[in-house]
Amino acid sequence: MTELTDLTIAAARDGLREKKFSARELTDAHIDAIDAANAALNAFNLPTPDKARAMADASDVRLANGSTAALEGIPLGIKDLFCTEGVRTTACSHILDGFEPGYDSTVTTQLWSAGAIMLGKLNCDEFAMGSSNETSFYGDCVNPWRRTGDETPLVPGGSSGGSASSVAAHLCLGATATDTGGSIRQPAAFTGTVGIKPTYGRCSRWGIVAFASSLDQAGPITRTVRDSAIMLGAMAGHDPKDGTSVNVPVPDYEATLGQDVKGLKIGIPKEYRMEGMPAEIEERWQQGIKWYEDAGAEIHEVSLPHTKYALPAYYIVAPAEASSNLARYDGVRYGLRVPGDDIVSMYENTRAQGFGGEVKRRVLIGTYVLSAGYYDAYYLKAQRVRTLIKQDFDKAFEKVDVLLTPTTPGPAFGIGEKSGDPIAMYLNDIFTVTVNMAGLPGISVPAGMSSEGTPLGLQLIAKPFDEPTLFRAAEVIENAAGIAPRPERWW
Amino acid sequence: MSPEGAPQMQDTIAARPENLISGATGDWEVVVGLEVHAQVASCSKLFSGAATEFGAAPNSQVSLVDAAMPGMLPVVNHECIAQAVRTGLGLKAQINRTSVFARKNYFYPDLPQGYQISQFDQPIVGEGEVILDLADGGTATIGIERLHLEQDAGKSLHDQHPDYSFVDLNRSGVALMEIVSKPDIRSAEQARAYVTKLRAILRAIGTCDGNMDEGSMRADVNVSVRHPGAPYGTRCEIKNVNSIRFIGEAIRAEAQRQIDVLEDGGTIQQQTRLFDPDTGETRAMRSKEEAHDYRYFPCPDLLPITFSQAFVDELAAALPELPDDRKARLISECKLSRYDAEVLVADKETADYFEVVAKGRDPKLAVNWVMGELSAAFNRMDIGIADSPVSAEHLGELIDLVSDGTLSNRLAKDVFEVMLKDGRSPAAIVEEQGLKQVSDSGAIESIIDDIIAGNPKQVAQVKAKPKAIGWFVGQVMQKTGGKANPAVVNEILAKKLDLGEG
Repeated sequence: MTELTDLTIAAARDGLREKKFSARELTDAHIDAIDAANAALNAFNLPTPDKARAMADASDVRLANGSTAALEGIPLGIKDLFCTEGVRTTACSHILDGFEPGYDSTVTTQLWSAGAIMLGKLNCDEFAMGSSNETSFYGDCVNPWRRTGDETPLVPGGSSGGSASSVAAHLCLGATATDTGGSIRQPAAFTGTVGIKPTYGRCSRWGIVAFASSLDQAGPITRTVRDSAIMLGAMAGHDPKDGTSVNVPVPDYEATLGQDVKGLKIGIPKEYRMEGMPAEIEERWQQGIKWYEDAGAEIHEVSLPHTKYALPAYYIVAPAEASSNLARYDGVRYGLRVPGDDIVSMYENTRAQGFGGEVKRRVLIGTYVLSAGYYDAYYLKAQRVRTLIKQDFDKAFEKVDVLLTPTTPGPAFGIGEKSGDPIAMYLNDIFTVTVNMAGLPGISVPAGMSSEGTPLGLQLIAKPFDEPTLFRAAEVIENAAGIAPRPERWW
Repeated sequence: MSPEGAPQMQDTIAARPENLISGATGDWEVVVGLEVHAQVASCSKLFSGAATEFGAAPNSQVSLVDAAMPGMLPVVNHECIAQAVRTGLGLKAQINRTSVFARKNYFYPDLPQGYQISQFDQPIVGEGEVILDLADGGTATIGIERLHLEQDAGKSLHDQHPDYSFVDLNRSGVALMEIVSKPDIRSAEQARAYVTKLRAILRAIGTCDGNMDEGSMRADVNVSVRHPGAPYGTRCEIKNVNSIRFIGEAIRAEAQRQIDVLEDGGTIQQQTRLFDPDTGETRAMRSKEEAHDYRYFPCPDLLPITFSQAFVDELAAALPELPDDRKARLISECKLSRYDAEVLVADKETADYFEVVAKGRDPKLAVNWVMGELSAAFNRMDIGIADSPVSAEHLGELIDLVSDGTLSNRLAKDVFEVMLKDGRSPAAIVEEQGLKQVSDSGAIESIIDDIIAGNPKQVAQVKAKPKAIGWFVGQVMQKTGGKANPAVVNEILAKKLDLGEG
């Protein structure tokens, strides 16, 4: 029999229903895997084994009673951005020290209702600000993948580095993640996992620590397309507690899988062919196009002319919203408080010590671009760019069903390699931010290996709420490239 | 706070002599604009389900949203939107079918989010007007610049602990309407009349309870002075004045201060000031240089507020009668004087009470009772009409008992006093205390016969001087405990004393 940690969500679900093993056995196997790996990978900033076992035992009772809930008995990891009742939630920031919410996010509430089990909280960049999981107060998260013949620790990507690392290392069957500019798709690409950022408004943001409200979306990271379809089905849905949540029914995503893509129109945006892009990224992209041709899809070149403005505009809009969203961390009601002589010095001391460098940088940028005299030149102009980007996509989708692009401009890099150069770091999101700016669904699927022996991903983008087509198209790449293998266990 | 940079509007209001303040360098005119913050009458807050009841224990009406816990999101309370639209209709204002909530960013412990959700460049209500009735019988039209919705902040308590301030978040997130007037007000009296009228409109349509004692209405007062005909002067903003009387006093004090500064050769600094009711003076709070940069931007947690014209039309159709319309109706239907009608409609409950009393009765009698005995009693008892122990129905019955001759006016006043004490119906009181007027001519005749027989001197006098009949009437009243019907007494006396009519 294969190891329980080798199973996909779909296989584990079937095994549990067939009583081949119990939720408790499945959970214990993953707790053991976390125990063995976490010192090396630092994927979980708070494992919750006792809670996991208790939830597994309760799930076994429900399974005995014939429960067929979508995720019954499936152990998951939860990004530390999701509030979890009675379980420390910090967004991996010092400023939320010891904060235990009295509530669960809507997404996690839905997962528990679907029978899922929480293995613990997952490391991420502080307040989801980063592309390498190097800004976490709880330390760097490490990619389970290494370059061939090289022991240099690699970043798992970010901000959902813990989610991607733990799924790739088989420490959990799937993980929640969030994506503001690429924080699900980029780490998925760096770790050989599948990550989908659904349409803005598809998953409730209620109870998720906010980074940039108009861009943030929750989604899953899993090892297969099918697992993402299963997990997103449980996470998505209208929530009256989130005014930006959209009231459209959640389709049975899993049921849309396994259909062919004959006649599906795949768009190739020419502006994504960036100068200086590594040859192997271009080569993967061409490979992807070939796979679709082989599967009977139609390939069309499309133009997204405002693409080059997306990243600068993103780095105005996201920090602007963040500077305001993070104002509530003031030491008054919860988390860290560093005393001062008066209220202003208490604020200053608390925020100076509580926030890390990258968060401070973005709060400063955001405060600057919203200031009197700069608002029109920066924030307003960035919003106009955003409208143009949306219109680019609308036009492209008149011609095609799905867009195919690389997920990242390169494979996973070494820890510390880019952390001194914010611009180089920000460029990681060059292919992903446009999708957030337009509120569209995007998925990254493993598409083979780099010359360094590390995973690469391809990204698919669809029309709003057309996740079914995204999953259907993603299977083509998965079938052609194969599910990424388990990384060699060096820990 | 309204957006900066709005074009300076043309001042078309001619200076009125009675508004001018004389100074050493000539007459001065005060120019006032008001930003009235009116708490929206709603069961729950603008963006959360927490209750809004006044006087609850500190921090007992605070949701996770109001306390700005991580991950919490605002959700618009649609009743507050409807209330703002109703108010806009009451102000005969432009209703904006698309409006946007914006964040106003600043740090303060009683502002848990670190920003107030307000409206900035796209408010829900645009230009409108309020018409004031002036003492000389004329009117003044005060323009409304805009009305927008915003969250209230919590309350900081600085007197609870020697080293710490406490924060009560019950008010945090309560819906306010900020109603911004144009700078059309030209005296303290007009400002008071404006707020009184505004309050009457809000109460009439039920969008704000207008309880200034409970902070349901408060005003930021912008004051500047100039010589008549000169351009607007530099203004100072007096923050958070919480009674109509103080608004008047603050304007007088601030206008005089500015005149004194200017007449001493000084200049007015644009400032935010506070009014101290104890000293009757305003004092500086912060200057323009210290003003916050609020970094307004559209709140990304909330979509723009949009609604159909049908929604507006529906609210308009169901809108209660406005004070000006009611005043006109009372004058034409009930033949009330302009003054009486104005006093009645200034308070919706009083006008409602009056209309119940007047229904099917002589409105003159009704208005005399409501504005006379009843109003005097309330002043004496220091209560409002809502707490009246005498219901409008009972007061109407009392008037009926006078009209049908059961009670004299004097007896009616006695019965009214009892009604004030125990709230019973006048019929029950008359029955129990035997206060019923005696109109039985036989009984009265025999009393009169006794008086005439026992007082020959007075009988002789009255024959010479018929006005002396009053003495006989007094005797009858004394003997009947005031219950004799005066009309009957006079008639019998005239006959017995042979005085003829009158």
